[in-house]
Amino acid sequence: MASVADIPRPFVKPKLGRDDWTQRAFMGVIALYLVVALALPLYAMLSKSFSTYRFDLTGYEVQVSTPEGVFEAPAQSLEALNAEQEVFDAPALSTGSGGRLGLTKLFPDFSFRSPVMYRFRNTSDTSVYLANSERHKGQEWASYTSNEFRRLVIRPQKDIGFSNFKTYFSTPALFRSIQNSMLIAAISTVITVTLAFWFAYALARSCMRFKGLFRAVAMLPILVPSLLPGIALIYLFGNQGMLREFLLGNSIYGPIGIVIGSVFFTFPHAMIIISTALSISDARLYEAAVSLKASRWKTFWTVTIPGARYGLFSASFVVFNLVITDFGLPKVIGGQFNMLAVDIYKQVIGQQNFEMGAVVSVVLLVPAILAFGIDRQVQKKQVALLSARSVVFEPKVNRLFDRIFLGYATLVSIFLVGIIAVCQYAALIKFWPYNLSLSLKNYNFDLMDGGGWGAYQNSLILAILTAIIGTVVVFLGAYMVEKTKGFEKGRAMFQMLAMLPMAVPGMVLGLAYIFFFNNPANPLNFIYGTMIILVVSTVTHFYTVSHLTAVTALKQMDVEFESVSSSLKQPFYKLFRQVTVPVSMPAILNISIYLFVNAMTTVSAVVFLYSTDTKLASVAVLNMDDAGDIAPAAAMGMMIFYTNAAARVIHALASQRILRRSEAWRKSG
Amino acid sequence: MTQSRPYLRIDNLWKNFGDFVALQDISLSIDEGEFICFLGPSGCGKTTLLRAIAGLDLQTSGRVEQAGQNISTLPPSERDFGIVFQSYALFPNLTITRNIAYGLENEGRSKPAIAARVTELLELVGLPDQGDKYPAQLSGGQQQRIALARAIATDPGLLLLDEPLSALDAKVRVFLRHEVKELQRKLGITTVMVTHDQEEALSMADRIVVMNHGTIEQVGTPLEIYRDPASLFVADFIGEMNQITGRVGTRGTVTIGGRTLTCAHHEFTKGTDVIVAIRPENIVPHEDAGGKPVNSFEVSITEMEFLGTYWRAQLKGASHVDQPLTTNFSINAVRRMGLKTGRSLTIELPPESLRVFPAQGQS
Repeated sequence: MASVADIPRPFVKPKLGRDDWTQRAFMGVIALYLVVALALPLYAMLSKSFSTYRFDLTGYEVQVSTPEGVFEAPAQSLEALNAEQEVFDAPALSTGSGGRLGLTKLFPDFSFRSPVMYRFRNTSDTSVYLANSERHKGQEWASYTSNEFRRLVIRPQKDIGFSNFKTYFSTPALFRSIQNSMLIAAISTVITVTLAFWFAYALARSCMRFKGLFRAVAMLPILVPSLLPGIALIYLFGNQGMLREFLLGNSIYGPIGIVIGSVFFTFPHAMIIISTALSISDARLYEAAVSLKASRWKTFWTVTIPGARYGLFSASFVVFNLVITDFGLPKVIGGQFNMLAVDIYKQVIGQQNFEMGAVVSVVLLVPAILAFGIDRQVQKKQVALLSARSVVFEPKVNRLFDRIFLGYATLVSIFLVGIIAVCQYAALIKFWPYNLSLSLKNYNFDLMDGGGWGAYQNSLILAILTAIIGTVVVFLGAYMVEKTKGFEKGRAMFQMLAMLPMAVPGMVLGLAYIFFFNNPANPLNFIYGTMIILVVSTVTHFYTVSHLTAVTALKQMDVEFESVSSSLKQPFYKLFRQVTVPVSMPAILNISIYLFVNAMTTVSAVVFLYSTDTKLASVAVLNMDDAGDIAPAAAMGMMIFYTNAAARVIHALASQRILRRSEAWRKSG
Repeated sequence: MTQSRPYLRIDNLWKNFGDFVALQDISLSIDEGEFICFLGPSGCGKTTLLRAIAGLDLQTSGRVEQAGQNISTLPPSERDFGIVFQSYALFPNLTITRNIAYGLENEGRSKPAIAARVTELLELVGLPDQGDKYPAQLSGGQQQRIALARAIATDPGLLLLDEPLSALDAKVRVFLRHEVKELQRKLGITTVMVTHDQEEALSMADRIVVMNHGTIEQVGTPLEIYRDPASLFVADFIGEMNQITGRVGTRGTVTIGGRTLTCAHHEFTKGTDVIVAIRPENIVPHEDAGGKPVNSFEVSITEMEFLGTYWRAQLKGASHVDQPLTTNFSINAVRRMGLKTGRSLTIELPPESLRVFPAQGQS
């Protein structure tokens, strides 16, 4: 057998046609988008988490004059002075990037009215100080009056190291969040996956009635921000809640509230995945089980569960990831119970400690990436299962069994619909619990903090732009990865970049954007604080699922279309326009509705990035809740719900129309 | 035909996928107007070779020349060929007319000219009234003919067919074999077809290129390939072959289990281990051993299987030939001689039908 080494040189190098160049240019542009919108910001954040700032007292010298203004005493380094006076200890000298240190404390008899003069200089080239709000670098002496010296501050030196992480792990209030987050995510995962499994099982394996309705109800939570269930829970179980007694004295503010809310907003995600897993089970296995006289119970454990196990794993990791990275819900109902995602917010918005925010982000990235990685492995196996030829399972009528499941599905649906109904009720009553008459005054957003109707309008613009731009970028990117030839390494790299956003929590992405785009040295700095950065961050945040949808649709298309088209000497964009896009239209619509709905509901990434001109409805819910305007917050949350529900109806109608129009060529006999 | 200058020339073509060498030093010339089949088992490199000719997957090294022009590195869009795939690859959302017209647009043709050409092509492939339908509304065989019409619409110099008939029912396949061959003859277009179906290759090709493990085993007309296979692989892959191991004796004879067979000319020296091969239909049954033809044996029938137009029989030799033989008996012969399982008879292995190959593991 010949080996590769036998192949005579020179190797053939392809001559690239016009199409190849256009395609590479396109792929380059979209890859550049992902690098700029994802890789570079994450890198900026990582490096921030390792950046430490310290005031280096050895870098400065000071000389003090007599009251007559004569400099007799020798110059002294600040380090020596501090050693003498013991004013600043080590923690006092470590600071953040914006740190400034005044020096008057080093002089016990300092008075700004004193005629004493001060001479000051840097003794190293990296030292910097500010006097009269001016930056001073270089080692020349400068003289200051006492009044001027009062406002003289030195700036810290940047260093690279683990000390931020050391600080983090030696602060119990911070690192306890890791345990809290893991625990809440684990409990929510077990509850959600169990509930969703039986719900999906009822839909797939029973003959209960109203399946279509139940399916629709199960999808409701996707249409609202994750913090909305928090508001409903406050109305139900809060200090003045309708059903407060049910908690037996426990507070809803804390773990209980977070878990219930998490179960609500992660339910549809788990349900979809498990439904898919159950629907691919092979009916022939059940026939075999029946013919072997296995009991229902035994069949369940030997056929159903093994068949759905990849779906169960996958759902578990997805739910775990959603809960641990969610910010809105614990912010609203978490009370004093700290979670990682909220810590990032508190560090950055509350304490302006960006380095510590970056450290918490890195800590949060670890479980998120781990869960994501395991999920990818599991899904690969699931694909292998899917490709096997199987017979679709048709459930048989069994009245008792069907009734039990009808009851179960009704209970779950009451929970899901109930949460939204409570929010609607909260939005419509005048003043809970004192004035229960109905009014629309809570919808008068312009009277409250949070951005008013302008915020709603901004959200609508963001959602529409995200849906349009995102769909174009994602579909073109997926097309380049899936349907072009050559350039394998570039395509593999692109594919990896496209998978990354799924593993990056929104809070982390938002913070990374601050570090990257708010840097004045960045030529893209101008998008900071505009609608553009909100669109870019939202498209990037929800890139992976959209990308996978597009790739799946493209994979279903005949691989030889491109070959045929180029053999007929037609440019690739003609095929793209006339065949690829029309055939993929259902998937394209799915991507755009997915992006629209998520852009309406997302809080996590954008909470760091909105400005006074670009306040958003979802953030307004958060801020109004924060300000105690809970009823208006519920009303705004319901506005998001109406909008998303309407968008879904329009999407369904459009899909139906397209399917009807293409009936002639899709799968006819 | 062989005197004319080749239309397509392939020189020292190599192709690797990672560590796997898919094509190994392939050289081949194809004349204008020829119908060539690349035949071989799956994974032999036949499709890889076709895709290299089309420029869809470029070879690693080597040269391809078409009509005197070096096209080795050109992208498919700058080459001159039409292609038909096993999956047809018809655009599902375009009507038949628009599928066929796809390559005719952007070529400076007027709309009426394109319409006229499409009508002409639809008639050529025998589907004149189907223009307004969508691909999914046609049968597999009809779709394949539309794919063919689309491929030849722009009058390419070369037609490439990648297992075009494999996805079809047996009957439609046989019918389309004839249709495609007829069309090719009418248009005189140089055609290369990839197939793993030996019957298809034998019935359609002017010449067959038999491939195995990324190399060409033999190039020849169907008759040459069948009658005079160049290797044991070719012999076994095309048609059926009985293989009997033996050793070369004196004057070109081969000894098999104590018996000596007279063979036609071969070049093995005395003492070489060889395999003697004979096709089932070339084994001649004799009612009695009268006249004692050369290479005749006493055998008994161990198994008979009725296959419609003939009987397939397994023969076991008496003490001297312990290797079973497969043969085909005509219905007549069976009736006339009263052949049935367990019966003994004399068979003859005519020297001119015996092929001698090196034993496996030797070359």
